[in-house]
Amino acid sequence: MSWVFFTEQFLNGFQLGILLFLLAAGLTLVFGIMDLVNLAHGSLYMMGAFFCAQFYDWTDSFLFAIVLAVPATFLLGILVEVVTLRTLYTRNHLDQVLATFGLILIFNEIVLLVWPLEGLSMPVPTYLLGSVNLLFGIEYPIYRLLIILVGLAVAVALYFLVGRTRMGMLIRAGASNRRMLGALGIDVKRLYTLVFGLGALLAGLGGMMMAPILSASSGMGESVLILAFVVIVIGGIGSIRGAFIGAIIAGVIDTMGRSFLDVFLLLFLPANAAEAAGPALSSMLIYVLMAAVLTFRPQGLFPAKTG
Amino acid sequence: MAEPLLKVEGLNKSFGGILATDNLFLDVLPGEIHAVIGPNGAGKTTMIAQLTGALKTDSGKIIFDGRNITREPSHVRSHLGLARSFQITSVFLDMTNLDNTALAVQAHDGHSFRFWRPARRDPALREPALRALERVGLDHRADVVAANCSHGEHRQLEIAMALATKPRMLLLDEPMAGMGPEESAQMVEIIRGLKDEHSILLVEHDMDAVFSLADRITVLVYGRAIASGAPDEIRANPDVREAYLGEETAAAPDAPTPEGADSRARG
Amino acid sequence: MGELASLRTPRGIFATVILGLCAFMPVLAPALDEPFYITVFARIMIWAIAAVSLNLILGYGGMVSFGHACYLGIGGYVVGIMAFHGVTNGFIQWPLALLASGLAALVFGAICLRTRGVYFIMITLAFAQMIYYLSISVEKYGSDDGLTIDFRSEFGGLIDLEERTVIYYVIFFCLVGSLYLVHRVVNSRFGMVVRGSKSNDARMHAIGHPTYRYRLACFVIAGMICGLAGILQANLEKFVSPDMMYWPRSGELIFMVVLGGMGTLFGPVAGALVFLLLADTLSGFTEHWHIIFGPFLILVVLFVHGGIDGLLGRREAAGG
Repeated sequence: MSWVFFTEQFLNGFQLGILLFLLAAGLTLVFGIMDLVNLAHGSLYMMGAFFCAQFYDWTDSFLFAIVLAVPATFLLGILVEVVTLRTLYTRNHLDQVLATFGLILIFNEIVLLVWPLEGLSMPVPTYLLGSVNLLFGIEYPIYRLLIILVGLAVAVALYFLVGRTRMGMLIRAGASNRRMLGALGIDVKRLYTLVFGLGALLAGLGGMMMAPILSASSGMGESVLILAFVVIVIGGIGSIRGAFIGAIIAGVIDTMGRSFLDVFLLLFLPANAAEAAGPALSSMLIYVLMAAVLTFRPQGLFPAKTG
Repeated sequence: MAEPLLKVEGLNKSFGGILATDNLFLDVLPGEIHAVIGPNGAGKTTMIAQLTGALKTDSGKIIFDGRNITREPSHVRSHLGLARSFQITSVFLDMTNLDNTALAVQAHDGHSFRFWRPARRDPALREPALRALERVGLDHRADVVAANCSHGEHRQLEIAMALATKPRMLLLDEPMAGMGPEESAQMVEIIRGLKDEHSILLVEHDMDAVFSLADRITVLVYGRAIASGAPDEIRANPDVREAYLGEETAAAPDAPTPEGADSRARG
Repeated sequence: MGELASLRTPRGIFATVILGLCAFMPVLAPALDEPFYITVFARIMIWAIAAVSLNLILGYGGMVSFGHACYLGIGGYVVGIMAFHGVTNGFIQWPLALLASGLAALVFGAICLRTRGVYFIMITLAFAQMIYYLSISVEKYGSDDGLTIDFRSEFGGLIDLEERTVIYYVIFFCLVGSLYLVHRVVNSRFGMVVRGSKSNDARMHAIGHPTYRYRLACFVIAGMICGLAGILQANLEKFVSPDMMYWPRSGELIFMVVLGGMGTLFGPVAGALVFLLLADTLSGFTEHWHIIFGPFLILVVLFVHGGIDGLLGRREAAGG
């Protein structure tokens, strides 16, 4: 196996990890602070992709599309929070799961109604086409590299937001002790709405950046959402750091598994067995990882209390 | 002196650097009521939680009937004969009082991998459960759903459930919490009635009840036992008066050593 | 059965009418000139069995499993895969399929039940998704196209599932059997432990119940009953596909249970019936029926406490 290919796949895994982080960050904050299970988080990712593709269609500019889509998903998130989720905070997890499941059905159907064609695609802007030469002759597409850089920037920004600002202090306080916020006289309602909008924005950003690669389609959010769940379980609920590390681990292991597990299995198994078992096993890999983490650390790698 | 039924040696527990239980020594003799008192936040509930296994202990030893149970889970302690009541009522609110108590009986009547016969028609569960309710005077309310019962009745149910596990020792965590004087008096009589068959570790705020019931009293402040002894000794102890009752005037020049009335209190 | 004992209550009448409809549908449907209702009701009863099994852990045990449909898929796929390899003997297929779903439930349950709350929901979902992706990745058994089954399970000439009425009544019998089994189990000592653990697990430990093992056993029983539903579905449709265990199926199962009334014996059956008939009717109007169904689901969750069962009057004691 060539090291160039290996590095490329590693970067692809890293890029998937970044995408998962954008979803998981919002999810984990919403879990941690509001104790809300929001299945519809993937729908916000999907809406981000659709907004971006639609705005691109209107403006013919990738940059404009992003600039418009970011506030659009933020506002959509706030709308969703105010209209439905707000009533769910006091409900049990079961009600939350079901109601947000209902939201998914609605979003997926709205998308089919508004954009009846098979999804909505947009090209990678020409100035981001092509590859850059990283070290040792490794070529990597500029656009994917950009996704990684944006994701890292978001991670750093979030780290400062949560670690250094007043809002971050409230977020952390809320993640470890929800009742305390109310006792401190904080306007909890507004904080919740803001945090939810922020989470929606991050998920939407993920969708926007994926729109040129995947094209927006109904139901695109759910498979990513479930991966983001795995990330949170691995990382520990309520922890941004856990979400980041969990996301990178999950992204890299999933991608590398799909690329190299059959080669790896060839070391132990006859060719036909390895070819048959490779795809099956690699599709299960991160779930096995999750099970392993849970066995040793039921609260995830970075439970919110400590980090 | 008889061998203690429960022996606590150098117990510690800290939460994020704050010591909730601080090198605690304590014992309870067979047939004794040993009361633990202390101001709010003294670590009484933490101590109960450690004794019953609801909280993991940082260091130190808990010995029950000669067996080290420091690392045993709650249900094992229950089977050895250590039962607790909860300070904040913790019963099965959606079940009747009889069902609540029958579940406690069932835990001590073999395993529960019995899938077919209706548990509610099983005299092996119903009769002991009813007897436990009788002992706390709740038998006339056996078929009432717990959620529909009064606070006082919940307190009685708490004790009935503990009794139904056939314990050798009861850990009662503020059994009179939130009770009126009449209900408290009734509870004192109930606890007095239990004394013949059970050793009791009683955590309680109601001083009248404590001083009328207890054979020995330990005073807990900031997770430490500052004094331990007979009710009269405790009443006379100036450290206790100062730390617990806030009587600064008690710090008279002829006060005994800070170690208190009983050397067993501090290691 | 306990709940059916008193036929004069609205609850008893309702249950009797539904079971009666199921029992006589093979006669009723042709008489009404709507023979396809036989298949519709066969499907409803299969989902009802799955919902009854989910209710055992969700309604009585408080375990919010968001991956229950995976046992439906496992049961179905074992039948499909064995048929694919020429093993059509039901005496071999069925026990193996039950064993496989039970085993999967044992492994997943053992890990999931170490956690609580949100974690439990997410992990059950993740494991179900793992099985879903596994079924997609195995090309030999059809990947996402699914696997067609040429012959239904054979029982040495004793029972001929190819006969429409026969397979219908086999399904009916399995539904009634599952209901009776769940009724016995939840009222037994075992069931009391599971319910107690839902109500107050810390107290259960304090009075001496090691609840983990009982909850796990309950999880396995539910997985096996759901596996039975999968066996029946594979036989009825002569087809299995990953879609059987795609995660929305698990969500729909939860909704059936909540719609019918959690922790009530008959609720899940009513929930499955209303859910599937409604889905059938709505999808007859418009292809985009989810746009109506989604808000309906949310409204039910927010405003209908106790589901259909709750509409039939108050219960004396939740434990009853």
